[in-house]
Amino acid sequence: MSSDATVLYDAPGPKGRMRNRIIAVVFIAIVVAVVAYVLVVLAGNDQLTGEKWDPFIKSTTWTTYVLPGLWGTLKAAALSIVLALLLGAVLGIGRLSDHAWVRALSGLFVEVFRAIPVLILMIFAYYLFADYAIFPSSQLAFAAVVTGLTLYNGSVIAEILRSGINSLPKGQTEASKSLGLSKSQMMRVILLPQAVTAMLPALVSQMVIALKDSALGFAIGYVEVVRSGIQSASYYGNYLPALVVVAIVMILINFGLSSLATYLEGRLRRGRRKTAVADPEEADLAAMENMPTFGGK
Amino acid sequence: MNELWADMGPQLWPAFSVTLKLTFYSAIGALIWGTLLAGMRVSPVPVMRGFAEVYVNIVRNTPLTLIVLFCSIGLYQNLGLALAPDNENFIENNNFWLAVLAFVLYTATFVCETLRSGFNTVPLGQAEAARSLGLTFPQVFGLIVLPQAIRSVIGPLGSVLIALTKNTTIASVIGVAEASLLMKEEIETFSDQIVAVFAIIAIGFMIITLTEGFVFGYLAKRLAVKR
Repeated sequence: MSSDATVLYDAPGPKGRMRNRIIAVVFIAIVVAVVAYVLVVLAGNDQLTGEKWDPFIKSTTWTTYVLPGLWGTLKAAALSIVLALLLGAVLGIGRLSDHAWVRALSGLFVEVFRAIPVLILMIFAYYLFADYAIFPSSQLAFAAVVTGLTLYNGSVIAEILRSGINSLPKGQTEASKSLGLSKSQMMRVILLPQAVTAMLPALVSQMVIALKDSALGFAIGYVEVVRSGIQSASYYGNYLPALVVVAIVMILINFGLSSLATYLEGRLRRGRRKTAVADPEEADLAAMENMPTFGGK
Repeated sequence: MNELWADMGPQLWPAFSVTLKLTFYSAIGALIWGTLLAGMRVSPVPVMRGFAEVYVNIVRNTPLTLIVLFCSIGLYQNLGLALAPDNENFIENNNFWLAVLAFVLYTATFVCETLRSGFNTVPLGQAEAARSLGLTFPQVFGLIVLPQAIRSVIGPLGSVLIALTKNTTIASVIGVAEASLLMKEEIETFSDQIVAVFAIIAIGFMIITLTEGFVFGYLAKRLAVKR
């Protein structure tokens, strides 16, 4: 099938192509008009002058403001993902426990911390740590951001892990039981490795969420990339350019991670199909994937 | 505790009603803009497909805090975009609507992606039959595919709405007086009762989000297309 046809519409004929071209031109005109209007107004407000943007060519802007902020963002996101993995593993396995009270307790924990906004958790942790002097005041905001992110992401990872383990074929559990493996051996040697592999794309996507959410630390004074951008802006008096630069930095990092998640997902899917080609049902699915889809392209 | 409740109790509803209003208006806007984006992403016009894809990838990967600040600093302070009538409550109202705009722009990308995954649950034959009847793209999309897709993604759309409700707390960075700002104020006044303040606000959010989850779970079961 040609590239400009999907199940949603026929390959356009001469008339259709003309209509599509007209729509495209009108659409581009609207977008260009909006962009032009924005640029004109910004130029009118002296936002596009060299001096507003020059600070980002100077290396001191980056070393004093942007890079330390970026380091704050990455540090908080990375530490909280590691801690969230640990918490998520404990909670996820807890929800599959044979003891009803362990299941109930982990279930309650997961549901509560998924239902509460991360910012609320951060504000709570911040004041709690401050009041009981649990962390030195220089580390207060960092500790609060990591605590909030860990509790939330840990609960989400617990759910991902649980669904990962539940999605494994039942035969895996039965076979390991018949081999005489203990419950912990079965989890450690058979189920977890498979579940974690299947979870990998979801985990990488969760990292993107942690990176974005670390910007919530802005509200409690944590110096992450958005706050450091604002700080540089209040020094140079260029708020808009600073926000744009910070946005570009964050989008590049997150887009890279999102692409990695998509790549991993594709690889895992291809890998699975390769091993199950003999299976007629799988072969059917593989054939289906070559059919045109609603996504176009 | 009594003192805390005497101070906080009467302020709970005003604060949470702002949270609910932010959620309500943002949800409506995000649903409309997200559906338009999803339509563009599968439309016959390549330029629209490209625009929607670039928009979704850029906005989805930007921290929401940044988008909220951008709406306040970029759109209002630099472009002079005023979203409220010019009266004595202008700053308060304008910040409210700027926050709504930020949530719409951000949440629409998730609505778009959710709907797109819903399109794949509609059997190919449905669209093929519609085309063979001579329906045009807007008809195939709006009358045949979209209604079925929406019914199959009500559950995931509920998750998007819950995430939106929690995200409305970020409006506090531009001074919208919703629940998280009330929590901050109360903690500063009653610094010896942090846990109690947290518990009250947390229970408020749990009432809202768990209700949303329940309603959407029920609707998803009721409205799912039986196949």
